Amino acid sequence: MTASAPLLQLSGLTKAYPGVVANDDVSFNIGPGQIHALLGENGAGKSTLVKMVYGLVKPDAGEMRLRGQAFAPGQPSDARKSGIAMVFQHFSLFDALDVAENVALGMENPPPLRDLAKRIRDVSEAYGLPLDPTRLVGELSAGERQRVEIIRCLLQDPKLLIMDEPTSVLTPQEVDILFRTLRKLSDEGTAILYISHKLDEIRALCSEATILRGGKKVATCDPREKSARDLAELMVGQLLTPPERPARPFGDVVLQVDGLSLASNNPFGTSLKDINFALRAGEVLGIAGVAGNGQDELLLVLSGELASPSDRVCLLGKPVGQLGPNGRRELGLVAAPEERLGHAAAPDMSLTENAYLSGAHRKGLAKNGFIDWDKTRGFAESVIARFDVRTPGPHVVARALSGGNLQKFVIGREIEQNPAVIIVNQPTWGVDASAAATIRQALLDLASQGAGVVVISQDLDELLEVADSFAALNEGRLTTPRPAKGLTVDEIGLMMGGAHGMHVAEEVAQ
Amino acid sequence: MIRLEKRLAPSKRAQYLNPFLAVALTMIAGGLMFAALGKDPIAAIRLIFFDPIFSEQFGSYSRPQLLIKSAPLILIAVGLAIGFRAGIWNIGAEGQYIIGALCGAGVALAFYPMEGWFIFPLMIFAGALGGFLWAMIPAILKTRFNTNEILVSLLLVYVAEKLLAGMALGLMRNPDVAGFPGSRDLRRYESAHNADLIANTGMHWGVVAAMIAVIFAYVMMTRHSLGYQVRLAGQAPRAARFAGVSPTRLVVTCFGIAGVLAGLAGMFEVSGPSGQVRIDFASGYGFTAIIVAFLGRLNPIGIVLAGLLLGLTYIGGELSQMMLQLPGAAIQVFQGMLLFFLLALDFQTNYRLRLTKGARA
Repeated sequence: MTASAPLLQLSGLTKAYPGVVANDDVSFNIGPGQIHALLGENGAGKSTLVKMVYGLVKPDAGEMRLRGQAFAPGQPSDARKSGIAMVFQHFSLFDALDVAENVALGMENPPPLRDLAKRIRDVSEAYGLPLDPTRLVGELSAGERQRVEIIRCLLQDPKLLIMDEPTSVLTPQEVDILFRTLRKLSDEGTAILYISHKLDEIRALCSEATILRGGKKVATCDPREKSARDLAELMVGQLLTPPERPARPFGDVVLQVDGLSLASNNPFGTSLKDINFALRAGEVLGIAGVAGNGQDELLLVLSGELASPSDRVCLLGKPVGQLGPNGRRELGLVAAPEERLGHAAAPDMSLTENAYLSGAHRKGLAKNGFIDWDKTRGFAESVIARFDVRTPGPHVVARALSGGNLQKFVIGREIEQNPAVIIVNQPTWGVDASAAATIRQALLDLASQGAGVVVISQDLDELLEVADSFAALNEGRLTTPRPAKGLTVDEIGLMMGGAHGMHVAEEVAQ
Repeated sequence: MIRLEKRLAPSKRAQYLNPFLAVALTMIAGGLMFAALGKDPIAAIRLIFFDPIFSEQFGSYSRPQLLIKSAPLILIAVGLAIGFRAGIWNIGAEGQYIIGALCGAGVALAFYPMEGWFIFPLMIFAGALGGFLWAMIPAILKTRFNTNEILVSLLLVYVAEKLLAGMALGLMRNPDVAGFPGSRDLRRYESAHNADLIANTGMHWGVVAAMIAVIFAYVMMTRHSLGYQVRLAGQAPRAARFAGVSPTRLVVTCFGIAGVLAGLAGMFEVSGPSGQVRIDFASGYGFTAIIVAFLGRLNPIGIVLAGLLLGLTYIGGELSQMMLQLPGAAIQVFQGMLLFFLLALDFQTNYRLRLTKGARA
């Protein structure tokens, strides 16, 4: 604990939205130079809390004191003037501009670009964040983009740096670089409010953690003195059981991809290059990779939304590259894309209508083109019941469901179709721990019944939990799948492309 | 500074209330306009909305007219609404209507003066085919070359109008009457005449076709997978691709349906109420049908009501021209205002205006 006076004191912060209390009487202090973790599940109220500190949201009740003085930022620029900076989970950068130009756009009074480029170099050297100010942002990896955001903040010389889920887009090696930077900042007296739900990271980095659950503070503790399991239970409020994985033999190849390449039609999209893998019945193939390395494209070309030369993708021995999504569904391949609202589900349609969306063919929900709405409703109800989707009923529109509940519905809808092959992208993204466990267990159950499962995910822990074999996507290339057993995090990191821009780091070091 | 904010939950009730509010606001604004023109606003509104049906003086003429004016509007609007639901903007129904009429009339004039039961069905087929083919031009240009269907379909209206003028003055001109532009009167050619099925009711084949189209569209949108695909593509295009909906096929289908129905409307019009291919045959049904579609909430049942209302304004407009010497354009202003108020109200239900102090950094 820091003995000095706290930098930021939060007391009794409360914020309610219609129908939900996002923060309920939350109080804690952040000391100067302290790396303070804000820990909680999705929907626990972490984002609302930091938005209040950053001036994006006004609290309904409670007060904040910065260096002992009342602090009530009306908008983010007030917070920035008081020395608070924030790196968001989703970057606000322009692909077509270079690094220095992007940094300048975020500043109140940017210096001339030439001076700025020098300052960017100085800061990136000082904090070990390799970054070339003249590169186009569109060419940068997610890790490098994050550095742009961090450097933009550091140029303001902040006293408190807020980081929202910073490692979700990083390879393990990039996480190491980031942590070194954060520790250095902390040594120099900059406090860091670090939002995450990754317990190991928090135990490695933070000296104090505040845990939120359902909008309320449940504890403030020193995470280094707690086990990851203790923290998880504080966060979730219940005991967690890891999914069961009965050992099972694999069957024949159900999905074979040979030399699949696909040019992206988006200038900043990712082209797939020479993808090869064979998925056997009963096997779970985990595909790791930092976002934007071709995950979306891979799902689209496997699900049939994008076509490929016919023999590049073979399903149960049949070439299906030219078949659309429904043709592949009929043969037994189903998919669940990452984006729930708008891609996997139509936001303004009811769950019944959304059940029809991908279930029509395999569940025989239409006869001669006429939809059997009773049968469709029954299908929706069975998904809702089996996957514990919290909703008043199948008549509710998709957008009214919370992200986690809709995710359960979307994945459940595919699993309920008893596919021969299922492909999911980010199956538990934004889902709370118990729902995530349900989804992972259902995928494993499906595999043990003989289906081939492809899980594309950025969550390494998830992949290690479910995958039998493991491959990584890096700039549109897929590594050769390896058995997941015995892989270390370091090896996985190297498969994912190591630390992007490490060569720059070495240059800077010299 | 004024900022627009999307409402999280637009009111469902407002959706159904807005058309009625729009009609009321149009009456008020229209009344003000009539007052500014020096006419008694109450009398004018009454003449437009009330007298065509209830007045003893005009009713016997106007009541059949209601069906005659509304049927093509409903027929066209039902087709357009399917496309609009899918986010496919066919603005050129007027052109498809004209071509349908020309093709239908062309068949009749080719057979003249032969009589036969097969002529009228053949005309129906030709009218539908003509509208279909005319609609395929923007559809195929869109799917092949990604052109904007709004522009192409709209510009093709002007091409169709020129074709109509050319036909009326040239190829289809009645050779027996020297000097007068326009074709033979199909009402005097029994095999081609789309006569009232029940005398003096305005109940012709076009009305039957409109009723069938409404039922067909209603069943399709609620029960058939094609209607589901249309709704899905309109609401969530990416989800539609995930569901296996082919955008190309959808564009062609929606334009095709709208083209067939507009072509039929044109054919029933030229062989019945209008009777002749004339330069002034096109009376804007294809454009007014856009208002009908939106006023009817793109819903087949709503379109019936909206079609009857807009049909009424046509008749009322004619009446007010006769009785109050209102300019003919006044009724178009009236229809325009109706769409304007409806869109404004819809906007207001979906968005909220926020006044913010000063510019944001």
